[in-house]
Amino acid sequence: MFFLDHIWLIPLFPAFGAAVMFFFGRKLQKQTVNAVCVGVVVLAFLFSCVAFSQYLGYAHDNPGKPYQTIVYTWLGTDTGGMNFVKHDGTSAAFQADVGFLLDPLSGIWLLFVTGVGMLIHIYSTGYMAHEGGYYRFFGYLNLFMFSMLTLILANNYVLMFVGWEGVGLCSYLLIGFYFHRHSASTAANKAFIVNRIGDAGFLLGMFTIAWYFGSLRFTDVNHLAHSGHFAIGDPIITAATLLLFVGACGKSAQLPLYVWLPDAMEGPTPVSALIHAATMVTAGVYMVARSNALFVLAPASMKTVAIVGALTAIFAASIGLVQNDIKRVLAYSTVSQLGYMFLALGVGAFAAGVFHVFTHAFFKALLFLGSGSVIHAMSGEQDMRNMGGLSSKIPITFRTMAIATLAIAGIPGFAGFFSKDEILWQAWSSEGGAYRLLWLIGFVTALMTAFYMGRLVVLTFFSKPRMSHDVEHHIHESPKSMTVPLVILAFCSIFAGWLGLPHSLGGSDRFAKFLEPVFAREEGVLQAEEPTKFAAAEKEQEHTSPIEYALMALSVAAAFAGLGMAWKAYNRSDKGYEEPIAAAAPPVYDLLYNKYYVDEAYDYAFTGRRKVGDVRLGVMGLGEASSWFDSHVIDGTVNGAGWMTRLAGTLSSWWDKWIIDGLCVRGPAYLMLLLSYPIKLLQWGLVQWYALVMVFGLVGFVAYYAWR
Amino acid sequence: MAPITTLHYLVVAAALFILGVIGVLTRRNVVIVLMSIELILNAVNLNLVAFSRMWGLHGQVFAIFVITDAAAEAAVGLGILIAFFRNKETVNMDEVDLLKW
Repeated sequence: MFFLDHIWLIPLFPAFGAAVMFFFGRKLQKQTVNAVCVGVVVLAFLFSCVAFSQYLGYAHDNPGKPYQTIVYTWLGTDTGGMNFVKHDGTSAAFQADVGFLLDPLSGIWLLFVTGVGMLIHIYSTGYMAHEGGYYRFFGYLNLFMFSMLTLILANNYVLMFVGWEGVGLCSYLLIGFYFHRHSASTAANKAFIVNRIGDAGFLLGMFTIAWYFGSLRFTDVNHLAHSGHFAIGDPIITAATLLLFVGACGKSAQLPLYVWLPDAMEGPTPVSALIHAATMVTAGVYMVARSNALFVLAPASMKTVAIVGALTAIFAASIGLVQNDIKRVLAYSTVSQLGYMFLALGVGAFAAGVFHVFTHAFFKALLFLGSGSVIHAMSGEQDMRNMGGLSSKIPITFRTMAIATLAIAGIPGFAGFFSKDEILWQAWSSEGGAYRLLWLIGFVTALMTAFYMGRLVVLTFFSKPRMSHDVEHHIHESPKSMTVPLVILAFCSIFAGWLGLPHSLGGSDRFAKFLEPVFAREEGVLQAEEPTKFAAAEKEQEHTSPIEYALMALSVAAAFAGLGMAWKAYNRSDKGYEEPIAAAAPPVYDLLYNKYYVDEAYDYAFTGRRKVGDVRLGVMGLGEASSWFDSHVIDGTVNGAGWMTRLAGTLSSWWDKWIIDGLCVRGPAYLMLLLSYPIKLLQWGLVQWYALVMVFGLVGFVAYYAWR
Repeated sequence: MAPITTLHYLVVAAALFILGVIGVLTRRNVVIVLMSIELILNAVNLNLVAFSRMWGLHGQVFAIFVITDAAAEAAVGLGILIAFFRNKETVNMDEVDLLKW
């Protein structure tokens, strides 16, 4: 059990690679970079495989028990240094461990993250061979692997959040890899900022859980949620799960926070494949699936998840119908498929959602890597209008991409068929009533998916070349390092689906069985909640109802119809073609082509980059208005009060100076002074003159009395 | 030779008194002014002594008081003068006008 006991080593392999690149990467040869960075991921993959197989043995001995190992306590101690008051007034110790949890759910993620990650690392050695910043790219990729593995192996929300932020950072760094290109740096900013909005929700959800449950460890929270203390529909749990779902919306690009993902295609193509298709964007799905015990206690949240998922699926798929950039089509496809996954989670079909994540990781990574190979062959051209006729020139890329297309379109036998059909079936059967509308949305989305994927493949590979001669001359099949991963992923895109062969097709739904320990209790809760429907669904699962076959046939028909329509519309594209939607309804085409003007609306409403005349609207407008209000009205009032005080002071001081001091105090004094002048004249100070006056006076008196 | 009568004394005393008054009023030097005051006092003394020939000794007694007073007055006056001189380095009457404040 060495490997299982040391699963904490798995994230450290790529961390080591990232550290080496950080400190020494600049001086290393490309071969050394390859050896270190690809090597550590291969090691992580092999380690994961062995650990997983050992876990299977462990699970056999301890059925239903996740494997948990705590390396050390990272935040908080047992001595109560970080105590806080819970909602019920009792005190709880805040504690976050560097602890790792391996159960079927994280096991599946562990395998496909390291597996797909390894293939994409190998692919990148070919794709990035002629790019600058080679070591930087691989350092970031390794850092991403480290963060992603931390995220999925964490045994508590806090450590998960560390990984969550880490992948956000790496996403930012890798989208902005060509940082000298302005569009790339703004796309990186956009991704980072939009993700922060989601992260705020995640954080608040986390705090709510800590406040309500007193612990952030998944096992503790699940245990409490299962304990029956909490009623179904508990408002606090509903709030917490909705907040968590906001986080998931940001990371997994759901409405209304999906806007960053299409722009994220500014990054190198392997990054789009690894981060923005296969692994990071499924972190939101993982988080919701991980919190399933909470979500089932909050039916309102479940409904929200399902509705948001379904709307995102059809919304993004409809945009994908008319985009011309090959990577952008795939980006919208990713958003749409993520919507499917949330739809599955929202209707309570956790296993189906996870199954779709699993199959999607392979075929979407393959599609992106294939598009990378196409772009590589086309000397950097990404516009499908300038492609065409590549099928014979790059046959391996063509065949693998065709397989992935069939898989995502839902052609029977390929991986996407099983997982998507499972989701549609669950959407139809789990709740009934208005929820059938969700099935309808999913069904239409499937039709759209088949169409836009068919359009992509036909425009790229069929018909005759439409590119310039220079470019045509340079077209070549990619090197082995790129094609081998394509072939392996193509293989997985076919066979990954067979793991979850449903009962109705004679399989045993092994995938769902395997995940049962994670989700089983939740089904129990659902069963208690709506016993009749669940019983009906259970029965249908065992005795496959004819409706399931009918729905299956419908979606297969939709897949073929979509591909067929695409073929019909574009197979003569060398002679000029018209978009069928543009021909049928030009306003709709404009709306879709401009992505429903969501970016523009956000520019008006949130970023303030667009104004109506001189007036900014929305949040920034509110900010500007508030700022104006603050600087004019509030500050004006304050300044006015100041002015008034000053004026009063000036008046008062004038009054004091001139009326009180002047008129009343100094006035009489001046009057006295004035009156004293004649009297002062009499007293001029010379004694002899006084004496003279006295003598004259005396003589006068004497004379008067003498002569009278 | 006609005998010396009281009238003679009174004339001499009056002459002395007028000399004294003129001295007090006209001289600039404070010392001389003080001396002129002595002249006035002595003219008074002469009058007193002359009248005591006619009406008894009271006049002489009073003259002695006046002499005493004159001595005291001279002492005080000269003292003030010295103090004044130390302040203003002058004994000119025209510059002694501090009493107007």
